[in-house]
Amino acid sequence: MVDKIAYPVQLLQPDGRRVLRPEYTNLVRDIGPDELRALYEDLVVTRRIDVEATALQRQGELGLWAPMLGQEAAQVGSARALRPDDYAFVSYREHAVAYCRGVDPAEMTRMWRGTAHSGWDPHAVKVTNPAIVVGSQGLHATGYAMGAHLDGAEIATIAYFGDGATSQGDIAEALGFSMSFNAPVVFFCQNNQWAISEPVHLQSPVPIAQRAAGYGMPAVRVDGNDVLAVLAVTRQATQRAREGSGPTFIEAITYRMGPHTTSDDPTRYRSSAETAEWKARDPIDRMHRLLDWEGLLDGAFLTRVRTTADEIAARLRSGAVGAPTPPPLSVFDHVYASEHPLLEEERAEYAAYLAAVTDTEEALS
Amino acid sequence: MSTTRMSLGAAVGAGLRRALERDRKVVIMGEDVGRLGGVFRVTDTLQKDFGDNRVIDTPLAESGIIGAAFGMALRGYRPVCEIQFDGFVYPAFDQIVSQVAKIHYRTEGKVTAPLTIRIPYGGGIGAVEHHSESPEAYFVHTAGLRVVTPSNPGDAFHMIQQSIASDDPVVFFEPKRRYWDTAEFDVDAAPDLPLHSARVLREGSDATIVTYGSVVPTALSAAAIAEQEGNSLEVIDLRSLSPIDFPTVERSVRKTGRLVVAHEASTFLGLGAEVAARISERCFYQLEAPVLRVGGFDIPYPPAKLERHHLPDADRLLDAVDRSLAA
Repeated sequence: MVDKIAYPVQLLQPDGRRVLRPEYTNLVRDIGPDELRALYEDLVVTRRIDVEATALQRQGELGLWAPMLGQEAAQVGSARALRPDDYAFVSYREHAVAYCRGVDPAEMTRMWRGTAHSGWDPHAVKVTNPAIVVGSQGLHATGYAMGAHLDGAEIATIAYFGDGATSQGDIAEALGFSMSFNAPVVFFCQNNQWAISEPVHLQSPVPIAQRAAGYGMPAVRVDGNDVLAVLAVTRQATQRAREGSGPTFIEAITYRMGPHTTSDDPTRYRSSAETAEWKARDPIDRMHRLLDWEGLLDGAFLTRVRTTADEIAARLRSGAVGAPTPPPLSVFDHVYASEHPLLEEERAEYAAYLAAVTDTEEALS
Repeated sequence: MSTTRMSLGAAVGAGLRRALERDRKVVIMGEDVGRLGGVFRVTDTLQKDFGDNRVIDTPLAESGIIGAAFGMALRGYRPVCEIQFDGFVYPAFDQIVSQVAKIHYRTEGKVTAPLTIRIPYGGGIGAVEHHSESPEAYFVHTAGLRVVTPSNPGDAFHMIQQSIASDDPVVFFEPKRRYWDTAEFDVDAAPDLPLHSARVLREGSDATIVTYGSVVPTALSAAAIAEQEGNSLEVIDLRSLSPIDFPTVERSVRKTGRLVVAHEASTFLGLGAEVAARISERCFYQLEAPVLRVGGFDIPYPPAKLERHHLPDADRLLDAVDRSLAA
């Protein structure tokens, strides 16, 4: 275990050549040429989703966006390890996880545009709406996993969070709870080196994965820019969960190439040299080189990938720009599952007020 | 008809037992709720009878209890969480107000969180700091939560079951100094009121006292004393703090013309402020006197040897009634 923390699991080197590590290569033995190409397509498409949404924010169509640029492999590799009945509990940056789980790109931006607090039906795609309060979702994943365990369901839950969230009590409590109840949950920390402007060493003086040891939880560090390695370690962890062996902590070491959100200016707190160093480890370039090495790149394939990315980006754009602002009285909808008399009074009063104002405006015009 | 005499604490436990029997998705979670049966023994024998998958002793982590219960609710369970004492709920505050309360709204009705959060609350038992607080206003102020509190064993038995059956999250405050009050009630009868109705406990014509939870017996004693002095007081037990059953209060005030609201919580921005404001809006022309409030002082809960000054007693209630009648 110490070994796994000291030397992150890697199956692809930055130059695209494979690493021989039988323990992990065996976990991705079924990933042949077609599957490699599919993973590459996921990486390209999800980067395109991110770039498109970032552009939409710059054009004033979205109020905010949390770019995931650079973290595609960590998200695609882990999400592609999940089965349909597994449940993902995400923070606000897991756009690629949402895509891989089947969230409609047209629904991805509703929260960011401000037409809703959510974008999609969590139960339909088995991925939660973004958790904004950092770390809160770790406990939800744990509780869901406890319920699944009681049901005898052979599923895993996965909680996505960042390095900053490991400073939160809720993540600590989730690690404790999940071990106490042997809950089938995977804690997937994307250590992207920065919590807004705070570097990871401010969160923890030791590798974050080491925290799991205090709870007796197995942990593994993985090169988060290596989609194959992430797929392998997440498959291993979800398998452990499904077979009743309890939780696992994964620290995917990656880098947020862009700002924390579109409101942030990373040039104030980090050097361009650092960003350049990570750019050389880009997850998509790495996969591109692997495909090249293995003779899997051709013009038709690349054109197909580009076309798919364009179509999905167009769908995201039209979904965002075309999203209607809900009617005013809908602010009162769904506060409670059953009737609440005082809220109904307020709704009726505001409806009457709006009607009166509208009448007055019409009379004056 | 099977009338049973039971304490309020035992009645909550009996209600929990019924809920566990009725629905296998009901689970109880909290610190010490299992083998110990809770520090007030409310969950006594439940783990023995239903097993540790239904009555779950948790680590000492309040946010963890609520957050994990929320996750179980997403999986289709109906968790009943126990927070051991009022003053210990604050570490779980984020999970309650930001997650549990808002999920139905956030997901446009696609996800419900049918949690019941039991919190023994209030003072009067000579406890140390953090064991005597009345934090109900924090939760009543949060949309998405329902907040209720029984004042007697019969209501405790039915209201805990009604709370668990609710598809909305319910914060269930248990007036701990009334845990040992006993009363007879029929455990097989259906509840005579919906969860969100107030109850007129005593009819009167000169003034209305509105209160809830631990102060209800105090108000009834005050009314008995007032009667000997020739004043007829109506006493209303709100039972539900969110929503509040204003029509019942309004009907009473239209009759009596005078209203005193009483609770243990600090007066400033407490529940009494809301009742006073709404009743002033709706019954302005029927009121013979300003609505008065009798509550805890605007201080942290005092040391136990001083708590009798802080808690509204019958004399302070009657003093307010006298001021109202003199107006």
